[in-house]
Amino acid sequence: MSALLDVRNLRVTFGGTAAVRGASLTVEKGETHCLVGESGCGKSVTALALMGLLARGGKREADALSFAGQDIRNLGERDMSRLRGDRMAMIVQEPMTSLNPADTVGSQLTEVLRRHRGASRAQAVDRAAELLGRVGITAPGLRLGQYPHQLSGGLRQRVMIAMALMCDPELLIADEPTTALDVTVQAQILRLLAELQAEFGLGILLITHDLGVVARIADRVSVMYAGEVVESAPTAELFAAPQHPYTRGLLTCVPVPGKVKRGEPLGSIPGVVPRIPPGFVGCSFRDRCAYAHAACKHDIPRQHAGPDHEALCTLPPGWTDRAAA
Amino acid sequence: MLKFLLRRLIVAILVALTVLTLSFALTRLSGDLAISIAGPNATQQDVEIIRQAYGLNRPLTTQYFDWLVRAVQGDFGESYFFRDRVANLIGSRLPITMTLGLVGLLIALVVALPLGIIAAVRENSWVDRTVMMVALIGQAMPSFWLGLILMVWLGLNLDLLPISGTGGPEYYVMPGIVLSFSAIPSLMRLTRSGMIEALSSDYIRTARAKGLSRLSILVKHAFRNAAIPVVAIAAVQLGFMLGGSIVIESVFAMHGVGYLAWESIGKNDFPVVQAVVLVLALIYIALTLLADLLNAVLDPRLRTA
Ligand SMILES: Nc1ncnc2c1ncn2[C@@H]1O[C@H](COP(=O)(O)OP(=O)(O)OP(=O)(O)O)[C@@H](O)[C@H]1O
Ligand SMILES: [Mg+2]
Repeated sequence: MSALLDVRNLRVTFGGTAAVRGASLTVEKGETHCLVGESGCGKSVTALALMGLLARGGKREADALSFAGQDIRNLGERDMSRLRGDRMAMIVQEPMTSLNPADTVGSQLTEVLRRHRGASRAQAVDRAAELLGRVGITAPGLRLGQYPHQLSGGLRQRVMIAMALMCDPELLIADEPTTALDVTVQAQILRLLAELQAEFGLGILLITHDLGVVARIADRVSVMYAGEVVESAPTAELFAAPQHPYTRGLLTCVPVPGKVKRGEPLGSIPGVVPRIPPGFVGCSFRDRCAYAHAACKHDIPRQHAGPDHEALCTLPPGWTDRAAA
Repeated sequence: MLKFLLRRLIVAILVALTVLTLSFALTRLSGDLAISIAGPNATQQDVEIIRQAYGLNRPLTTQYFDWLVRAVQGDFGESYFFRDRVANLIGSRLPITMTLGLVGLLIALVVALPLGIIAAVRENSWVDRTVMMVALIGQAMPSFWLGLILMVWLGLNLDLLPISGTGGPEYYVMPGIVLSFSAIPSLMRLTRSGMIEALSSDYIRTARAKGLSRLSILVKHAFRNAAIPVVAIAAVQLGFMLGGSIVIESVFAMHGVGYLAWESIGKNDFPVVQAVVLVLALIYIALTLLADLLNAVLDPRLRTA
């Protein structure tokens, strides 16, 4: 059976600049796939491109892009809108500005169900109140009548989460959905998502900076660097035997508990994410890589470090073990 | 929000008082009122009688407060020419001007809102550029000239509408169109820029992420936000249009307050001119206040603050 979401070599450009230069990933039914990487590496653009929600000027190309076995690359806006919010939902990264300031929370929640399921107002209100309760909002009835500006950032973020879940989607793309939430609420949200996975086989693509969350809930992790997915592996394998030097860097700069605050951005790898000029060939990490050599200036092979473990690196699989020894 | 509105109300009252004071001062500063009322052929004695009759010999402050109290009560004295109370004159003419203003505003909104929305949706396309060009031309066109063109075209050539006069609804169409031209460009530009801003906002992305229909995204989400300033400006525009009706009414010979003012200026009928200017100014102030109120009602961030 084909994956719920299958993306092959996704590329996104804004005018001359390439924001995503090659992202491949799959999300299976019931699976949690985490996408990690430094700020600006193209995670949000990837997510938006998958939903067909790129800002004006964004151009998307892919070798394959299918949802539930359907090629959605050339789907028109009308057909995409039938999928979005219903079968594939997204929680965007900006909860503060992503709710309509002129409309009540209730109206914004219920319209999803009314649009896709033809639900009555009463049914939709019940569903909205139920979901607000499940994301840990007390007095949902009161909140439904309020406007976004009356809600704190944490509440808005939870409203966005509830909104994405209104129609019990098959795929949820969540872009740092819990950044504004405190630890207990975050745990509650993650528990809710796990329940939905068990209940309906919800597939999740989760973008996060928090490797603690990754370790806890991801089945599979993809690491993005400068617009490319440079490594992808089952979670345990990625943590145990990272193949790409960048992944290794990310993991070694994982906070020592107590020393670094939770939710703080990753990356104390020396240097910054470079701007990749058009026509660039080779490994985009080579300037920051301690193991860079001549071959890194040519096309990089996609290596298999395990049956389900891919990395975009010239170093032979398993090199980390030897380097550590 | 109550505090905000209260503050606006106080400001409006202060502005109104200033307008009243200024209009009093202007009539007194423009020479000896008794002489101008008496006319060029009057004797010294006539002037003195008039001075007595109108109380112009009293101290200026007394005259001012006396006048102010009566003006606030809607008593603007008697017209020199029409032999009627000024209040009655204005009362009978104002509905015509108000109707004309509202017709003009309605036409302006019906034209400007859809065009503004279309221009925003097709930003930088030829549609957008054409619409903006038309707006520019519309703004540059003098209203009396446009009025004449319409008279010749719709009135004489096509014989669709009455050319001039006061009467049934058909008499309001042409002047309404002409009047609307002064408001269309700014309303359209405001709609366009508001829609462009809204359409590139995060909440519109959210609306799309929810898979809402195009209509719902455009109207319920984008326009609802873009409309807030437009509605407020529309109220202010109505004020401008009432002022503009002085020209339009005289072009189309509609007997509204604008026409009244035009007639009275020619006849040196001071109380009428003063009252018309005052009434229009007060209406303008009231509309500005209404704009603030509408803004507060339409924008939940203000309403619930
Ligand atoms: N609308 C746009 N127009 C032009 N460039 C854009 C646009 N949106 C994103 N980019 C560029 O694409 C690159 C990737 O941005 P993206 O938001 O995907 O990063 P990210 O990985 O989500 O970062 P973060 O962790 O901070 O959210 C950035 O360099 C950004 O400048
Ligand atoms: Mg992002």
